[in-house]
Amino acid sequence: MRAVVLGVGNIILADEGVGVRVVEALERDYAMPPGVNVIDAGTSGMEMLEDMSDLDFLLVVDAIAAGKAPGELVQLRGDEVPVFFRRNLSPHGIGLSDVLASLEFLGAEPKETVILGVQPTSLDLSTELTPTIAARVPELVAQVVDELTQRGLAPTRK
Amino acid sequence: MSTRITVDPITRIEGHLRIDVDVDGGKVKKAWSSGQMWRGVELILQGRDPRDAWSITQRICGVCTTVHAIASVRAVENALQLEVPLNAQYIRNLIMLAHAVHDHIVHFYHLSALDWVDVTSALKADPDKTASLAESLSSWKLNGKHEMRAVKERLAGFVGGGQLGIFTNGYWGHPAMKLPPEVNLLAVAHYLQALEVQRKANKIVSILGAKTPHIQNLAVGGVANPIATDSQSVLTVERLLAIKGWIDELADFVKNVYLIDVAAVGAFYADWTKYGAGVTNYLSVPDLPLDTKGTQFALPGGYIDAGDVSKFKPITSFNDDFWGKGVEESVKHSWYEDGNKKPLHPYKGETKPNYTDFQDAGKYSWLKSPTFYGKPAQVGPLAHVLCMFAAGHEPTRKYATAALDTVSALAKTKVGIDALHSTIGRHAARAVRCAVMVDQLNDQWGLLINNIAKGDVKTFNQPVFPKGESMGVGFHEAPRGVLSHWVVIDNGKIKNYQCVVPSTWNACPKNDKDEMGPYEASLVGNPIADPERPLEVLRTVHSFDPCIACAVHLTDTENASSVSIKVV
Repeated sequence: MRAVVLGVGNIILADEGVGVRVVEALERDYAMPPGVNVIDAGTSGMEMLEDMSDLDFLLVVDAIAAGKAPGELVQLRGDEVPVFFRRNLSPHGIGLSDVLASLEFLGAEPKETVILGVQPTSLDLSTELTPTIAARVPELVAQVVDELTQRGLAPTRK
Repeated sequence: MSTRITVDPITRIEGHLRIDVDVDGGKVKKAWSSGQMWRGVELILQGRDPRDAWSITQRICGVCTTVHAIASVRAVENALQLEVPLNAQYIRNLIMLAHAVHDHIVHFYHLSALDWVDVTSALKADPDKTASLAESLSSWKLNGKHEMRAVKERLAGFVGGGQLGIFTNGYWGHPAMKLPPEVNLLAVAHYLQALEVQRKANKIVSILGAKTPHIQNLAVGGVANPIATDSQSVLTVERLLAIKGWIDELADFVKNVYLIDVAAVGAFYADWTKYGAGVTNYLSVPDLPLDTKGTQFALPGGYIDAGDVSKFKPITSFNDDFWGKGVEESVKHSWYEDGNKKPLHPYKGETKPNYTDFQDAGKYSWLKSPTFYGKPAQVGPLAHVLCMFAAGHEPTRKYATAALDTVSALAKTKVGIDALHSTIGRHAARAVRCAVMVDQLNDQWGLLINNIAKGDVKTFNQPVFPKGESMGVGFHEAPRGVLSHWVVIDNGKIKNYQCVVPSTWNACPKNDKDEMGPYEASLVGNPIADPERPLEVLRTVHSFDPCIACAVHLTDTENASSVSIKVV
């Protein structure tokens, strides 16, 4: 079983960096079992192709503009995932959705993908999360741990 | 009466780059390039320790992580006049090269080939004919019938299953698509192979940089890679040999596939050598330092005025005043306060937002407008290749001549270096540069090995910050062109920081004299066959490898990219 926890976002734009902050907290507090790779992807794209090939489980943590109240947690799974990625897809950009689309064409896409996120409060220039979003980080970390545990990949608390 | 076409965003990441063109009589008459996102990383850096700046600046952009890190440490080292040990230079050079090769391959095959290649037409190709064509052009091992049949089958399954995936939004069947089905199939085959090969370049970055996408090994004064030929945890002989293997695989692909594909596409789109020249003042900087002070470089750089290669003027060191005194930025058409009413040198640069709205004749972009001695300048692989060509750099001449000879043979007409001043020429130049870069990967690898073999394992010089103020500039010939970071340090803290990035040079709005920037100038005169599907606009803008360095990556479930058209 191969799984990746991917923290996505830009840490110089306040809440945009929440995905990265969650994987930082995860790596600080937990040790991962073999087969689980935790990656701070930042805002990168095709560099991730290698690490994301032939996964059994991909767990993405990101800020999500879902039109909800700031701080509200969002989960996308099953049928919502491909729709969600396709909407952003163009043949000309770079980013996570392009990596996943390339993997699909190669036949190396993840068997299962889940996206955990939170509606951001602010995307202003700052290396800090807003208090509302920072308060949500422990819950997101706990959700990541749950998702992994459900698949027999339980992290151990350090 | 003209038609206004707005493409927003032109890069996928939301809100980055907006292009407006006025079209009349099937041609672009006026163009505006607008950065739609405020990039204010400079403000975050004020008051911080200069030794930390590189790890923050590499977060500016998800595509250009390492290049900002490199430019940042160089700026601080330049302010301190700090020498960098040879091993550190070579390791940095290898990281920069591997990153550039990765970037160029991905740009051509995965981010812009679909402007020229019609994937749906590839389904009509005869795979056996595709293989004979491919084998007539190159000795690449994966050009055979077996390979081409397998690719066609995979594509048919993918498209037949209603699952266009990555190809969903292409302009399929557009009248400006001109490749025969066999060439389209060949391009799809190489698209897939390029996905595999680009991983090798990324592996080099991740081993030397300790991690990707954000490298961990840089330090002001050198690198943090301990070198020990007998230890497992550091840069060992085994790892260095693995790197050499990947370099050889990359070189094979770049010379026998990428360079040839670009020439083939160029031959079928020879009309695109007439469009997209735009600004023909070309600026590049020397890179790949070979000494500790940054006075000798493996690759030359400099300035060409008005496309005249005979008037090349070199930039020769990190301290060269011809470079350091030539750069200014105007904000007349940018969403910043313009208190001085004149362009400012980056050391004196200000970043005070003043958003108006999109004003055709006024302010319309978050990008500033840089100039070199008062003139707009194009940066990027084309500028670099022309400057290296002008400087008499032999490998550049060799690969440029080889590419142009292949184009000439396929197009059955003599195509010379002047054809490079164009939209398609920017793609050709990028492939030529990539071939030069893979050779340099080999050279720099050899230099590192030889230096270690001499017993030199030094990788770091401790920086010392003087009392009072010091200033420095770090430049880097990045995949998209000249990148420079300008830092003012006061008592060991950052007082001012300005990044003048390649896409600012190219995607800038009009300058203080109302002269167009390179994107804008290169769009004027482009044909537009179908305003509903402005493929030609994308071709020209994508030829620059656009990347507006700010990288908001918020996942957006509400918006999608759009083309809007109105009659004005």
